[in-house]
Amino acid sequence: MVQKTLQQRLETLADAAKYDASCASSGTAKKNSLGGKGIGSTEGMGICHAYAPDGRCISLLKILLTNHCIFDCHYCINRKSSNVERARFTPQEVVDLTLNFYRRNYIEGLFLSSGIVKSANHTMEQLVEVARILREEHDFRGYIHLKTIPEADAEIIHQAGLYADRVSINVELPTRAGLTRLAPDKDENQIEGAMGRTKTRIIEAKDERKRFRHAPRFAPAGQSTQMIVGADDANDTAIISKASRLYGAFGLRRVYYSAFSPIPDASAVLPLKRPPLLREHRLYQSDWLMRFYGFAPGEVADATEADGNLPLDIDPKLAWALKFRESFPVDVNRAAKEQLLRVPGLGTTAVGRILAARRHRTLRLDDVARLTASIAKVRPFICALDWRPTLLTDRADLRRLLAPRVEQLELF
Amino acid sequence: MTAMQNVSLGAHYAVHLPAPDDFAFWRERARGLIQCDVPPDRVSWIEPGGTGDLFASDGPSRGDKRLPSPPADAPAVRASQRFLTLARSAGLHSDPARFGLLYRVLWRLQRSPRMMEDKADPDVRRIEELAKSVRRDAHKMHAFVRFREVSEDNGTPHFVAWFEPDHHIVRAEAAFFMRRFANMRWSILTPRGSMHWDGEVMREGPPARREDAPGDDPVEDLWRSYYASIFNPARLKVGAMLSEMPRKYWKNLPEAQIIPQLIAGAQAREAVMVAAGEREERARPASLAVVAQGVAACRDCPIADCGTRAVAGEGPGQAHLMIVGEQPGDQEDIAGRPFVGPAGQLLDRYLTSAGIDRSAAYLTNAVKHFKFTWKGKHRLHQSPQAKEIDTCRWWLDAERALVRPRIVLALGASAARGVLGRTVSVSKARGAPIMLDDGAELWMTVHPSYLLRLDGAARETQATLFASDLAAVQGRMADIGA
Repeated sequence: MVQKTLQQRLETLADAAKYDASCASSGTAKKNSLGGKGIGSTEGMGICHAYAPDGRCISLLKILLTNHCIFDCHYCINRKSSNVERARFTPQEVVDLTLNFYRRNYIEGLFLSSGIVKSANHTMEQLVEVARILREEHDFRGYIHLKTIPEADAEIIHQAGLYADRVSINVELPTRAGLTRLAPDKDENQIEGAMGRTKTRIIEAKDERKRFRHAPRFAPAGQSTQMIVGADDANDTAIISKASRLYGAFGLRRVYYSAFSPIPDASAVLPLKRPPLLREHRLYQSDWLMRFYGFAPGEVADATEADGNLPLDIDPKLAWALKFRESFPVDVNRAAKEQLLRVPGLGTTAVGRILAARRHRTLRLDDVARLTASIAKVRPFICALDWRPTLLTDRADLRRLLAPRVEQLELF
Repeated sequence: MTAMQNVSLGAHYAVHLPAPDDFAFWRERARGLIQCDVPPDRVSWIEPGGTGDLFASDGPSRGDKRLPSPPADAPAVRASQRFLTLARSAGLHSDPARFGLLYRVLWRLQRSPRMMEDKADPDVRRIEELAKSVRRDAHKMHAFVRFREVSEDNGTPHFVAWFEPDHHIVRAEAAFFMRRFANMRWSILTPRGSMHWDGEVMREGPPARREDAPGDDPVEDLWRSYYASIFNPARLKVGAMLSEMPRKYWKNLPEAQIIPQLIAGAQAREAVMVAAGEREERARPASLAVVAQGVAACRDCPIADCGTRAVAGEGPGQAHLMIVGEQPGDQEDIAGRPFVGPAGQLLDRYLTSAGIDRSAAYLTNAVKHFKFTWKGKHRLHQSPQAKEIDTCRWWLDAERALVRPRIVLALGASAARGVLGRTVSVSKARGAPIMLDDGAELWMTVHPSYLLRLDGAARETQATLFASDLAAVQGRMADIGA
């Protein structure tokens, strides 16, 4: 067989990697290439170097080392029984590609994952080898995200964390039943065991850095995971509670949601319909509510509708506010930060501005308008010096007033 | 001596800045003017090449020579840290009124030192807006500068980029690229000036033109391939892309050249991706006759294009036993009935000796079309791929839902996958039933054609096992009264 060109293999292996949602390059230790031999820097804030027409940012070179795989997970395009074209890179080829792209300022670094070939350990060793060449031979100081394989030995995963900025293990599906049905080769206990060990290592390494300045860093950007939404019948309540458990038990930086999207050569046990992309968006919003707005998982679950799913037409914060109208209106001049954060339409930035500004003046509605993006959305839920929503908050059709308009199509 | 003694009453001052991003110069002059108590409406700040405002040419002489010198006992000028941080950024904005705004706020700060905290103040808002758009421009510069490699005479590569910033950020942001590419020779050329780093020293150069930058780099082809492949056509969101990567940047981004064709091709690519999943939404067939018609018309997998006919199952519609084979063979394709070829005849013999009545069982296959390759004049059987079995499983599920057998007997691994949806080892799973979701029992054994391929002692052993598997099924049938 004719050897495929680098370009053809890049196409195959980038195509295979696009179902991983994560592309973050932020939140790692600050480093730069001054005084080193190579290139690269990370300065806290991630940089999105390009955006694809699917609206997602391209920050890292996101590829698989190979898309051959001995596992047969139904939702995955690279499963054993799939007919996709297969290809593989050598570690050196990935290294060269990364450096060539990095020098031209196309990327922040590398996100490397792989199908499982031979054994979990062999595959993990290959992934670590790429990171080792980059870090040790080329003194590369950009961002590296390695996907780790829970079935691999703890020692190899430990090596990965020493070279990488972030490691991740995908939980794939929100429920154990879903995992058993759709990913027969994977095991929830093994995944969570590996996550737990990684968490311990991250904490230990942080502690060592406090005592010894030159103690090695271990995954300074923490660990993350990904859940596929809509491949099984788990509802939003189940997904949210799983996510909050992951944040709580394993100290994850991020839980990514990936709306199950039709994959070429799909397996026959897969559903049904593709979930609306909006569902993924609403889950991210609920994720934000838990991480930055002080919502408990149970409170987000309260915002769901009868079927346990978040409403698609309005955001979860508005949905919660409409259900718990007795908590409103909130007085912008007196209310505590926690209460202000519950007001639909007020983000963390706007709340910070309100708190700072009200030390200098008693806020009128116009003042609030200057501090927020859209006063129309906020108005029914707040009181200001010259504003009281009297009947508005109690109106039965408030939801209709606030939900984004459904656009009527023109006659053709 | 008071401040006012140095200031001519009602005079207007014009300050000419040496460079549009010279914040230190502005700070120095602004400090002196505040100490002399010159109100904001009597100062104009003029950039190189700028005309300033109407009053600037009003005075007898232009330039900052005429600025009053602050008295020795003038109080120190104070500003909050927050103001200084914002002013440094806002001073880089291309708005010609920015230094006037900064001076006005500095003036007000002397009277109300905490005014920067009042986010509802229009001047504070404006400074924040300016600083924000400068930060955004700087961020976009970090993101969208694209270097192209040029080989120099001495062999060391030189990376050159052309970029068009909105604001005066080039000098300030050069440090970012120095930290990132410390051991690389690079130049960033812009219409507002250029920066050159040789690995040790940073040099500033004059404004450049696009033609000064190299026109191409072979690695850009690889980058475009990556860009096209990482894009998921099933989730086209052009608006989200445009808000972060506005069109004004496109002309200098190598990957942006292919965006129009990616968007245009997305729907076609998605249609291909969805086609596979679409069948799932079809209604379940209501009867076995509908199944038979359906498989005849089915083109969901490539086997259907082999030119063979579909072989539907046969047997009583309410049979207690369903026997599932792999796929029709040469004879079955010709006859249009399952299990009539050599393997079917062998199966008949074993069924009879096990005491199972073939006519009372429903016989069907995991895959409904014959898959083969030509070998001379013969059609040689080819095993179906897992993907093809999974595709055809929809029909098998429909048959199972209609017939509702108590026991399913799968002959061979393909049949087992067709029933279960996953691959199991027949040699390990035979001899004991697996409970299916609908309450039926799945029993497994080898396919009779396997026996046909064996010789001698191996065939004896396997034949015995096969017979005992069928006997176990017969025993179980009797147990459950089927």
